[in-house]
Amino acid sequence: MSIYLNKDSRIIVQGITGGMGAKHTALMLDSGAQIVGGVNARKAGTTVTHKDHEGNDVTLPVFGTVKEAMAETGADVSVVFVPPAFTKDACFEAIDAGIGLLVVITEGVPVQDTAEVWAYVQGKETRMIGPNCPGIITPGESLAGITPHTITGKGPIGLVSKSGTLTYQMMYELKDLGFSTAIGIGGDPIVGTTHIDALEAFENDPETKAIVMIGEIGGDAEERAAAYIKEHVTKPVVGYVAGFTAPEGKTMGHAGAIVSGSSGTAAAKKEALEAVGVKVGKTPSETAALMREILASLCRLRPPDAGAHLLTEGEPRRRTASSPL
Amino acid sequence: MDLFEYQARDIFEKHGVPVLGGVVATTPEEAREGAEKLGGGTVVVKAQVKTGGRGKAGGVKLAHSPEETAEKAEQILGMDIKGHTVHRVMIAQGAKIAEEYYFSVLLDRSNRNYLAMCSVEGGMEIEQLAVERPEALARIAVDPAVGIDAAKADEIVTAAGFADDVKASVAEVIQQLWTVFKQEDATLVEVNPLVKTEDGSIVALDGKVTLDENASFRHPDHEALEDKAAADPLEAKAKENDLNYVKLDGEVGIIGNGAGLVMSTLDVVAYAGEAHGGVKPANFLDIGGGANAAVMAAGLDVILGDEQVKAVFVNVFGGITACDEVANGIVGALDLLGDHATKPLVVRLDGNNVELGRQILTERNHPLVTLADTMDGGADKAAELANA
Repeated sequence: MSIYLNKDSRIIVQGITGGMGAKHTALMLDSGAQIVGGVNARKAGTTVTHKDHEGNDVTLPVFGTVKEAMAETGADVSVVFVPPAFTKDACFEAIDAGIGLLVVITEGVPVQDTAEVWAYVQGKETRMIGPNCPGIITPGESLAGITPHTITGKGPIGLVSKSGTLTYQMMYELKDLGFSTAIGIGGDPIVGTTHIDALEAFENDPETKAIVMIGEIGGDAEERAAAYIKEHVTKPVVGYVAGFTAPEGKTMGHAGAIVSGSSGTAAAKKEALEAVGVKVGKTPSETAALMREILASLCRLRPPDAGAHLLTEGEPRRRTASSPL
Repeated sequence: MDLFEYQARDIFEKHGVPVLGGVVATTPEEAREGAEKLGGGTVVVKAQVKTGGRGKAGGVKLAHSPEETAEKAEQILGMDIKGHTVHRVMIAQGAKIAEEYYFSVLLDRSNRNYLAMCSVEGGMEIEQLAVERPEALARIAVDPAVGIDAAKADEIVTAAGFADDVKASVAEVIQQLWTVFKQEDATLVEVNPLVKTEDGSIVALDGKVTLDENASFRHPDHEALEDKAAADPLEAKAKENDLNYVKLDGEVGIIGNGAGLVMSTLDVVAYAGEAHGGVKPANFLDIGGGANAAVMAAGLDVILGDEQVKAVFVNVFGGITACDEVANGIVGALDLLGDHATKPLVVRLDGNNVELGRQILTERNHPLVTLADTMDGGADKAAELANA
């Protein structure tokens, strides 16, 4: 099990012929994901060729529309790499076609465009992730986005994060334990899938034993997630929040990462999470150490062989200067 | 991007929002000419700063003649208002105010739509009104797919409790302000106060506008609104090179890839600094995905130009980016910079092709470069060097 994405997911790429689209189509194929085609209205009828994870050539058809691509390939996931000026229309098209999962990687989308897409997707069958996000990976099964698939493998941890590179850093810190699914929801002021959505899905996923939630300054998504955890999440959650040193009124890279007055500070988010019993690390390495303690105690709580599987996948545990275990 | 009041006024005028005459001036002489242009009568000289509370700070003064306007401008120009130096004043036509209202429309992150706020009690700080008399502030959600049409504008003025004689004209101005919000890709349009003058007309007297920089591709005119003079010189230089840089007040220069990891690096350096004389991060700099030599050199050049910086921490996790490319970037940058590179560099690389990356740096054996195994270890070393 996993959330939102698994080995049966059939993925198309909107913008498959562009620079980013081509590069990451190749990397997604290399991860073993089932990429079944792409969309570019101006190049409909052509094909693109990449290698799959076994090194064999894969020729993918390019369709004129998402609707056609879905009809011909049975795709249920679309990953969007089109430039910001065309992202809104690309999303409308995919939503109209009834795609199940829409992963919008594009960075720099005007927030009014995202607001319109979000309004449009209400009541439709599409789940949207992003924009401005690294996408979603279910290690060993599938990848819809740009997260490196080589960092770690399958395991008991679910991860949800606003940031791409912090996701990678955390997966790396815990690479010997592995992940059920890692989802980067994006750092824009409006995103389609929130921390709360991912928490709910991880809570319902039997494979996920514990959850890492990574937040950053701006907005109140982490505070809302804390309130949700208190009421609905029974699995252990470890948190990390970036941006304690960020000054007020300055955008720190992500369009949504800005402290306005007293709202959106890292300290307020940490406090809200700790108030509901979430352990929050001061640094990524401390956060990873907290997760190790939690998984170790879960193992101790179970009969020896029932919990042992938690730690058997991936590489053996490594002692490093930064991890106390 | 936040606009100055005079820029907001001009944008309002462009979209048909009723405003009073206003002229911007950077010298007392320009202020005098501005007052003459507006008819030579009573004007208000207003400091142009991107912060509130300028009235209390003495940044808004009445003047009854062009000569007095120049005097008042001279008093206000150069003033410091909450850390903002006044470089410009707006000479605004005087108005005979009968009533003051409040209106704003903004992005509502929590609800993923827009929020319109409106009150018949304008003039004061809206945060204060929201706390003290929340019932006096109407809050109406706006559907991004529909916007503020006539029906929504009517809903807003009704909820705010406007008297029948002004309801229709305020609703009309609200629709015009929505046009500003929508057509300019704003995330905030606020008018405080929106006034009824003694002759009964509705006028936007003071406006705040925040524009979405992600939308600049469809607004080539927005670039001219940037306050290039006020930007920190290092930030201006970084911007010229398309670098995502924010100047902070500290001694440890930071370069990393990805906004989240860089923010986290600043925090980790600040914690490490507690044990090394309280040194702090000097900047935020995200070099993004493809960290080639040119980008790395441009980034290092900006950071080394910061006189406060005593040491630099390069923290890269190679996800898609390969660490050997980053290492080549660092070596190439140091070669490009030559004698300009004078400060110690602590480099932490992990992820894709890390062995190759470390090997490149080890073989080059540059006297300024120290390799670190972990993010925490690198932060500690950089803080130590910055405190040496």
